[in-house]
Amino acid sequence: MTTASIEAPRGRRSRNGSPRKPKDPWGSPAVYFIALVIIGLSLAPVAYIVLGGFRDNSQLTVNPAGLPNPWRWSTYTHILQTSTFWREFTNSVLAAGVTTILVVALGLSASYVLARYRFRGRGFMFGLFAAGLMFPITVAITPLFIILNKIHLTDSLIGVILPQVAFALPTTIIILVPFLQAIPMEIEEAAAVDGCSRLSFYVRMVLPLSLPGVLTTGILTFVASWNSYLLPLFVLSDPSKYTLPLGVQQFHSAHGSDTAAVLAFTSLSMIPALVFFTAFERRIVGGLQGAVKG
Amino acid sequence: MSDTPQASSALESSLDGNTTVGGGTDSVSPLTAVGRAPRLRTSWRERFEITLLSGPAILVFVAFVIAPVIAAIYYGFYRWKGFGPPTDFIGLHNYKVILSDPEFHRAVLHNFEIVALSLIIQGPLAILLALLLNRKMRGRSIIRVLVFVPWVVSEVIAGTGLSLMLPVNGAINALLTKMQIFGDVHVSWLGPHMGLWTLMAILTWKYLGFAIILLMAGLQNIPEELYEAASIDGASYWQMQRRITLPLLGPTIRIWAFLSIIGALQLFDLPWIVWGEFNVDRDGVSTMATYMAHYGPRTGLYGYGNAVAVVLFVISLIVAVLYQRIVLSRDISGAVTDGKKKKR
Repeated sequence: MTTASIEAPRGRRSRNGSPRKPKDPWGSPAVYFIALVIIGLSLAPVAYIVLGGFRDNSQLTVNPAGLPNPWRWSTYTHILQTSTFWREFTNSVLAAGVTTILVVALGLSASYVLARYRFRGRGFMFGLFAAGLMFPITVAITPLFIILNKIHLTDSLIGVILPQVAFALPTTIIILVPFLQAIPMEIEEAAAVDGCSRLSFYVRMVLPLSLPGVLTTGILTFVASWNSYLLPLFVLSDPSKYTLPLGVQQFHSAHGSDTAAVLAFTSLSMIPALVFFTAFERRIVGGLQGAVKG
Repeated sequence: MSDTPQASSALESSLDGNTTVGGGTDSVSPLTAVGRAPRLRTSWRERFEITLLSGPAILVFVAFVIAPVIAAIYYGFYRWKGFGPPTDFIGLHNYKVILSDPEFHRAVLHNFEIVALSLIIQGPLAILLALLLNRKMRGRSIIRVLVFVPWVVSEVIAGTGLSLMLPVNGAINALLTKMQIFGDVHVSWLGPHMGLWTLMAILTWKYLGFAIILLMAGLQNIPEELYEAASIDGASYWQMQRRITLPLLGPTIRIWAFLSIIGALQLFDLPWIVWGEFNVDRDGVSTMATYMAHYGPRTGLYGYGNAVAVVLFVISLIVAVLYQRIVLSRDISGAVTDGKKKKR
């Protein structure tokens, strides 16, 4: 059907003569030029950080905008041999991994209830989570710190993970509810006729069917947690509990004069988020589609 | 890519399904009518399932999102250094101090400047780039990934890198000098004259990718047939974008603008990291959040910090509600009238 409808205007155009054909201004080389400029601007700061790690400090001072000459691998290999980097790396992996698992588990369950059950208080529950969109962690950080201090969760990764989960839930639920509503009622009814309870329907059917949405929210949560700075800054004061963003800051203030090392440390700490995101970039666009529909 | 058409078709069918089923309780009652279980038992069981599934999420959410907000309101009425329970009730005194502090006034002004400039600069740019990246062109998938890199890189990393590039003797000025167009460049990008504009450039660089992602997701929801029909009618590319894409992209643009406004009001990381705690006010890039972090637990003023949090929240709330009331309604009517024009 689509091929036919694409065919039709072509036939018409050829009859009219080609000059009437709507011009697509993006087809020209200018577009590729614009794209190149945009990419250049996007990548320049990242390139500065990565390349700077291959230079030594005198190169960086004498010629701040130059290329590495010669390339020095020693700064990178040195940092990869320090226990500080790997400890902070492990902390970041733990915090981001557990946060992601909990957000998906709790968020998907709550979204399932909101999407598939009808009960009194459903509207209130949805409103409660939607209101959470208006409370980014910045607003709540001061009282949150006091509460965490009271229940002795400061200076522990749990104290970072639980608030991150809580603040990620609203976005997760907003994205996942349309996905779960999209599962046709007939499937659920058929499953019920076959003696499948709603709970086991949830485990056996909902999880696989909502996978695109789950992936999207999971990746967004992982990247957000990997990059989060404000919460760890308030909650963690013991350097052995530091995550990578705090480690970068700490390294920067401790080795301020050793710019090359700072740059190498910084570029090593951004790799996991970049790899993770690049691998799943298409999934994210697909998963957000449901969320932006209304 | 393969899962996107599925998702959208599933969405449509769900919308149909929902309207035919109506209130969801009807969808359960046919089953009970068949006689699998008495009605009351189903409802108890449902209640159990609802509690089991949504309980943990609600618990965590209330404990770490709602409770702190309520706690902030409570602590905001006290002069409290964080030791022992707060006892020194001072009513609205904290709020009086905040609202009469010129440093806070400057921070609020910066926040609103950032809100306005973000919308003006990033909105049109993001729409153009989303249209560009939505075209079929060689290397599109690579370009997409690369454009999102700044958004994925953390604020700390970007901030650390930029704080090393932007000083007078840093890489940016050296690069501009090397280009030999502007002569010997010694711009103080971080200074009070350029500060806000540098911050805007950084923010645009950092968050444009997110706007593009959202808009591209929105673009994929616009049916291809509309463009085919318009091209049969002889519409030019730009006419199609103006009459079809922009109106139909309205909801997505609205969501992005909302997120952008809230984000700009809560801005913290980048000024804090690039300029540093003690330079933000001098260089004209302080925000309400950097003010809050500076005068909060870090300086031992627990009560005052909480009061600032409340003010920040109230301002965000007012802006959000106003936005919903004014822009939302206007946007909908605009989209409808545009749609009518297009049909005729």
